[in-house]
Amino acid sequence: MKSLSRLLAITKKEVRQLRRDRLTFGMIVGIPVMQMLLFGYAINTDVRNLRTAVADQANTHLSRQFVAALRETQVVDIVDFVDTPIEIDARLRRGDVSVGVVIPADFDRRVVDPDRPAVHLIVDGSDPTIANVALQLRNFPIAFDTGARQTRVNNIEVRPNYNPERRTPVNIIPGLMGVILTLTMMLFTAVAIVRERERGNLELLINTPVSSAELMVGKVIPYIVIGMIQLALILFVGDALFQVPMRGSVLDLYLASGAFIAANLALGLVISTVAKTQFQAMQMTFFVLLPSILLSGFVFPFDGMPRVAQYIGEVLPVTHYIRLTRGIMLRDAPLIELYPELIALGVFTLIAMTAAALRFTKRLD
Amino acid sequence: MSSDYAIEARGLSKHFGNLKAVSGLDLKVPRGQIYGFLGPNGSGKSTTIRMLCGLLTPTEGTATVLDTEIPGDSRHLKPRIGYMTQKFSLFGDMTVFENLQFISEIYSYPRAERAGRIEELLEKYDLLEQTSQLAGTLSGGQKQRLALACSVLHHPPLLLLDEPTSAVDPQSRRDFWANLFRLAEAGTTIMVSTHYMDEAERCHRLAILDRGVKVADGTPQELQASTGMHTVEVTADDPYHAQEALDHGEHIASVTQLGVRLRVLLPETLADPVAVVNKLLEAHGVKADVRQTTASLEDVFVAVTMDAEERAV
Repeated sequence: MKSLSRLLAITKKEVRQLRRDRLTFGMIVGIPVMQMLLFGYAINTDVRNLRTAVADQANTHLSRQFVAALRETQVVDIVDFVDTPIEIDARLRRGDVSVGVVIPADFDRRVVDPDRPAVHLIVDGSDPTIANVALQLRNFPIAFDTGARQTRVNNIEVRPNYNPERRTPVNIIPGLMGVILTLTMMLFTAVAIVRERERGNLELLINTPVSSAELMVGKVIPYIVIGMIQLALILFVGDALFQVPMRGSVLDLYLASGAFIAANLALGLVISTVAKTQFQAMQMTFFVLLPSILLSGFVFPFDGMPRVAQYIGEVLPVTHYIRLTRGIMLRDAPLIELYPELIALGVFTLIAMTAAALRFTKRLD
Repeated sequence: MSSDYAIEARGLSKHFGNLKAVSGLDLKVPRGQIYGFLGPNGSGKSTTIRMLCGLLTPTEGTATVLDTEIPGDSRHLKPRIGYMTQKFSLFGDMTVFENLQFISEIYSYPRAERAGRIEELLEKYDLLEQTSQLAGTLSGGQKQRLALACSVLHHPPLLLLDEPTSAVDPQSRRDFWANLFRLAEAGTTIMVSTHYMDEAERCHRLAILDRGVKVADGTPQELQASTGMHTVEVTADDPYHAQEALDHGEHIASVTQLGVRLRVLLPETLADPVAVVNKLLEAHGVKADVRQTTASLEDVFVAVTMDAEERAV
């Protein structure tokens, strides 16, 4: 009873201080919105409006029809018509265009000849995302040539399940939720405790009957609530601006998020017991944040990463959370089917909490 | 059975690596008294206080604080001590009232009596006008009064104050001490560290610390009577030349200038210290009025903190 009221006293104090700290308060809302706008609009792996030069050596009715159809895909933005493939090479080299389309003089005959490619497509291989153009133009009923390799006409229809329009925000935002929560949850908890140490408040607190557990849990509770508010905000912005679907159960998503937030808060507590200043706490947070962005499957497909990077990724809570959010939000997977990820988060939280409790003593030495 | 002493330390030591912050400290602090801890910065005052409230683990030695053994489980000690840190450690972004309220909750002060106790403290420590002011914007004296109010809120029988007056003006210091006497009269044992002589003089008993070692303890009167030194006061028109004449003179242990007066310490073994001083002054042609006086606490401090070589002159 006394223990609970002491815990609540800490929580009340934390909320009170948080309300007066305008900057932190602003960050609670600002970080998710800013990141979503940035990732949702600016960072776009959809290949669209690639600057393209066309060398139409056939110049027939059929070839002009083909160029018009190409333009309609919006994948390419035809900025230049040239006479020869050599001119296309020069423009590619200078970086004027990213794609070159060469239509041979015998285009009309090649179209009906299954053994010869009707069109050569030359792409700038120095940019990996532009290579996607090949995939996006697969549906075209014409053969094309990417660099040296010749591709035969194959009317393979690619059907991307769960994201048929292949819009980036749909893939990005479930992952982004993990990155945003990692950043804010870890940073806020770590800084909240280190700040008290820096200001001398901790020396007063540890001389009161408050126990380490009461102090830690009491301080962390407001941030759990903040994490849930951020989650709601992300879901709202994701739906309103980017039409990110919510196919699974919202309750499942909140449960999964609760486990993930707990893991991050525990990690924040560990940082707070190691860092001596707020600046150190911030550096350590970014030390965890960077692999969380790069190795979690958020930016690069997890299966494509080297083995060592995958091992590191498996240790990060965000990796498991991204699998959970993509599963629940995009594939309508019930939480119960994704239980290995929940177990991973639980084990992580347990280990981090134990480490924090062992390191945090009510002593100064 | 409770001891007559609120604090009893036996050979308490704390080492930080090679630094011996406190070595072999023996202390006996009687209940209901104000016990002073006098020493220059870095003499181990804060370290001792932190060991006594369980914040630091002693490297060697033990202590009994309010019948609780140190080192040991200090959990039951915390609710019975009030601790005022050297640096202001309350929450600057909360108001005076909110700070007091938080402390009352943390110490589980009876809910029904909280409001009354806070009101009483605000009045007693002259903080009524600052009730809803953020603690961070208070003046030095107000901060100190708030810190004291917070440390006594739960009626602790023992108060540990670490240089509580180092950042306040003389008037605030006087008021602060008036509050301490009031608390002591009500039965609170107070241990207070300071580097001000006038504050040390107000204590019932005091210990003088120098480089982590206790060099003297007793009542201020006892200490003044047992310096092992003669104190001679020299009043000269030209104190600068008088000091030059006496510095490094035979039998002179120390010379301290106070305005036009010099306080000179000489070993107690000398039969006529005034004659010794007069002889030195005459040799340098300095005219001055020389007479023997009783030792002040500052003389005691100078005498006990000088090293053996200086004493033996």
